Amino acid sequence: MTKTKAYHDVGGDHFGPVLMIDGEYQLWEKRVDAMMRLLSSPDVALMRVDELRRGIETLGEATYNAEPYYGKWARSLAKIMVEKGVLTRDELDARIAALRAERGLAE
Amino acid sequence: MTAAQFDVGDRVTVRDLAAETGLSGHMRAPVYCRGHSGEVERLCGVFGNPETLAYGGDGSPPQPLYRVRFRQAEVWPDYVGPAADTIEIEIYQHWLKAART
Amino acid sequence: MTPAGQDHSHDHDHDHSAIEAEDTSNSDTALLADALRLVLIEKGIFTAADVQAQLDLMETRSDRNGARLVARAWQDPAFKAALLDDGAKAALDAGFDMKGTPLVVLENTDAVHNVVVCTLCSCYPVSLLGPSPEWYKSKAYRGRVVRDPRSVLEEFGTSIGADREVRVHDSTADMRYMILPKRPAGTDGLSEAALADLVTRNGLIGVAEV
Repeated sequence: MTKTKAYHDVGGDHFGPVLMIDGEYQLWEKRVDAMMRLLSSPDVALMRVDELRRGIETLGEATYNAEPYYGKWARSLAKIMVEKGVLTRDELDARIAALRAERGLAE
Repeated sequence: MTAAQFDVGDRVTVRDLAAETGLSGHMRAPVYCRGHSGEVERLCGVFGNPETLAYGGDGSPPQPLYRVRFRQAEVWPDYVGPAADTIEIEIYQHWLKAART
Repeated sequence: MTPAGQDHSHDHDHDHSAIEAEDTSNSDTALLADALRLVLIEKGIFTAADVQAQLDLMETRSDRNGARLVARAWQDPAFKAALLDDGAKAALDAGFDMKGTPLVVLENTDAVHNVVVCTLCSCYPVSLLGPSPEWYKSKAYRGRVVRDPRSVLEEFGTSIGADREVRVHDSTADMRYMILPKRPAGTDGLSEAALADLVTRNGLIGVAEV
């Protein structure tokens, strides 16, 4: 039986010892959690946990491996919101450029 | 609504729907348990099918969800722990078939 | 953001080996997340106040909730039976609303030690255990604990004798899991509050005993 494993389906794989990363999440990460709860609330109903997971599973392996947990959530939320036409990638990019300017970050 | 086909204690085998039917995309039966047999520990209830919920579908027909208990040595032939060690996994009914015993 | 090694008296599971993540608040991903939130607010999908209300609610989600349920179960056999029978219902009766998510409570005994993982993503009962630690969501933990649980438990300082079954629970679908640890010996006279103080987050995940 051929079994093609998706990159998120890691049960049984060996990636070395568990790095005990723990502690408080940063504000931006907590806000991602808050956004997911709001978008999936019955009043808003623009996201399901199944869609969040599917979005994470289609980020690509390199992004999946590089991002912390809430980074994966943020990228999945953005992808699904664009997919649903709630906003456009251009709107996001314009806002990111504005934030870079406000914070004095390089383009 | 899909009726529950299995009872607590029944021996079941996890299907490989990707290989059998070409199913791809979002699936909740981990690859490592596919093709292995275990015992139904409990029926957890009936839930929407995540394979369509993940794409904006309505999850119908809802699927009975089971907890299936496997012997670790059955899942991992090279398992190093005691023979009594087990692993339990949540699996939707359409991924299960009666085990040939 | 606090450097590793600083006193975390509010957190029962921070030991000195814990690694803190670096500050990423100006990373590309954080900028994307902030931009997404601001655009959604501009479009009226939700308000800044809604986000703040969620952040406030987050502060109420803590492993102390799960610890209280465990302490009560240790003291009250009827409550323990209810918790093992239908975790979410017993939690609701005790004042902790799982908002419709089913909860399976697994009892550690002299015969069985249970440990929880989600190999496909990172399912976790946040309302009873608080935000899950980054290690719980790591590929290292998720990959190995299903196949070699005893060596992963050793990395957490937990040795389970060969006479006890180790039972791993892969939280792959709609259930959430909490461990009911074994009550430590010599705690007969303690109050419920004092018992709850003994219950660690890692004990509720099953990577540690209490």
